[in-house]
Amino acid sequence: MLVFLMKRLFNAAIVMLAVAAMAFMIFRFVGDPVEMMVNEQASQAERDELRERLGLDQGVVTQFGRFVVSATQGDFGISYRNQREVSSLIAERFPSTLELVLVATILSLVIGIPLGVVTAIHRGKWYTEALQFGSIIGVSLPSFVVGIMLILIFSVTLGWAPAFGRGDVVDLGWWSTGLLTHSGRAALILPSLALALFQITLVMRLVRAEMLETMRTDFIKFARARGVPARVVQFRHALRNCLMPVITMTGMQFGNLIAFALITETVFQWPGMGLLFIQAVTFVDIPVMAAYLCIVSFIFVALNTLVDVTYAVVDPRLRHQGH
Amino acid sequence: MLMQVDRQSAVWSGMPVAEPVLEVRGLRISFPTRHDTVNAVSDVSFSIRKGEILGVVGESGAGKSMTGLATLGLLEPPGHISAGQIFLGGQRIDNLPDRQMEKIRGRRIGAIFQDPLTSLHPLFTVGAQLVETIRLHLRLTRAQAKRRAVDLLKEVGIPAPEDRVNDYPHQFSGGMRQRVVIALALAAEPELIIADEPTTALDVSVQAQIMALLRRLCDDRGAAVMLVTHDMGVIAETADRVAVLYAGRVIEIGSVEEITRAPKHPYTSGLMGSIPPLQGRVPRLMQIDGAMPRPDAIPAGCPFNPRCAKAGPRCLSDLPPLVEIAGTRAACWLYSGGVN
Repeated sequence: MLVFLMKRLFNAAIVMLAVAAMAFMIFRFVGDPVEMMVNEQASQAERDELRERLGLDQGVVTQFGRFVVSATQGDFGISYRNQREVSSLIAERFPSTLELVLVATILSLVIGIPLGVVTAIHRGKWYTEALQFGSIIGVSLPSFVVGIMLILIFSVTLGWAPAFGRGDVVDLGWWSTGLLTHSGRAALILPSLALALFQITLVMRLVRAEMLETMRTDFIKFARARGVPARVVQFRHALRNCLMPVITMTGMQFGNLIAFALITETVFQWPGMGLLFIQAVTFVDIPVMAAYLCIVSFIFVALNTLVDVTYAVVDPRLRHQGH
Repeated sequence: MLMQVDRQSAVWSGMPVAEPVLEVRGLRISFPTRHDTVNAVSDVSFSIRKGEILGVVGESGAGKSMTGLATLGLLEPPGHISAGQIFLGGQRIDNLPDRQMEKIRGRRIGAIFQDPLTSLHPLFTVGAQLVETIRLHLRLTRAQAKRRAVDLLKEVGIPAPEDRVNDYPHQFSGGMRQRVVIALALAAEPELIIADEPTTALDVSVQAQIMALLRRLCDDRGAAVMLVTHDMGVIAETADRVAVLYAGRVIEIGSVEEITRAPKHPYTSGLMGSIPPLQGRVPRLMQIDGAMPRPDAIPAGCPFNPRCAKAGPRCLSDLPPLVEIAGTRAACWLYSGGVN
């Protein structure tokens, strides 16, 4: 188990290094940072002085080394536009994105898994067909369309939930949460639903496919032959076997959700990292873009590693492989 | 020997001797297809008494596993029983709703399937699976059930059962896993055990151990065993009586001694001729030409007629009835009026 863990962590570190290299390259590709920072009348001496202060006179490898070292300490430099530390900008926005994504993930599991089981067990029933058809729509509709439609129906027409913003938030130390206020929870409904819809259909289809597959296996047949009631076979024996791919997918998709949340955040004007990134792109605010790239990748890699480890915990066969 | 034959004929003629544990009467299993209905099993009848092992032998697709699944009430739709009855201890079970069959499966009928590698749930310990089965059928506390699980593992010959009970299936070898499967089948002391190819997936030395175990458990507990296999050698060593299935029909049924000594049906003779003798010069093994017809292409008359060396005109047109010949019963025109 320990060897397994070490191997996974090593792999993760390599991937992160590669991502850091790419983030670092952005700075070099878009041109000379000094040109962007100084005003046009600056003298050559001023430019050289800035270049030296920023360490840009050193070799590429040294620069990259310093970038990695400060990035691991959470220091991504100063935003060109806001003239504030990128890390504090992101720290401000991170909780709102994470809350949105967490709620969307929980929604997708809580709704998707039972739907998947139902559609697997009651094959051929009209509601199964309807759900199957609905899930195709869910998979194929782009999330900004879903978001706009939700706003149109539930905010504009019915007036049930706010159309934009995050509502009131409560600060818990460095974390700001909207879950503790009524307006915060209300504001969360539509964006999380918009973000989760694709996810729900994905989970449902995956669970259904896995259930159908598992229900055909010998150990399910044998469980029936032992006299285990059908319900217990479906929910205890078969579903447990399906959870593995669901865990994998949820883990992988969590990273995707954080990345794709930027569309939902834009539609709902949700003050998260995604919105920050979109604004950064508009103003070519490279430190923010690089930081966003690194952080989202870090979340991806961390989740992948976590999923692998969770696998080993859930499936005893993987745990004992090293023996 | 003579006694046994008498008892059997008494059962067949419907006289009340000891009630058989399992009695199958005129069983037909059908699968509706797009155009018509295909019968995988037709008019199969047999009975198994307490402490008796009935071997059900035949090629793949002869309907032997299907018969076992039908008895368990686990035929996969659209397959279904379209005629006949199945009685367990005198109670008709083929028409019971699934809710009631759940109480019979595992409790009164234990099942052993072909592949021990895939019969056990990979994510639960063998102990958890045993305890689950035991507590489904017997009123025991978790601790009592656990103790019983250990006892069962010991009974089927698993060393250090106290430790092994907490292991997962993948930590057992194939033979050991089949022992666990047998322990699961025995968990609630069923009166009937259906063993579907219990040793096919195992190597030969383990096969012999498992069969000996099955024989011993059957003798000790007085359970009736339906041993489904395609291996005539396994039947000859373990079973008391044997039913030979061909294209979904019983073509010969009788005591193992009689059938191995003097098979009546040409197909059974062919099967016997395919077992290599252990001693002496090995003659060329007999081979039955051709293949068994698929259930949707069974010829008219005797289903064996395309492969039978002794077939005559009558075999091509009329289905031979199962008739009694010197202690066994066979369905062949050779014994009921000639092939012509």
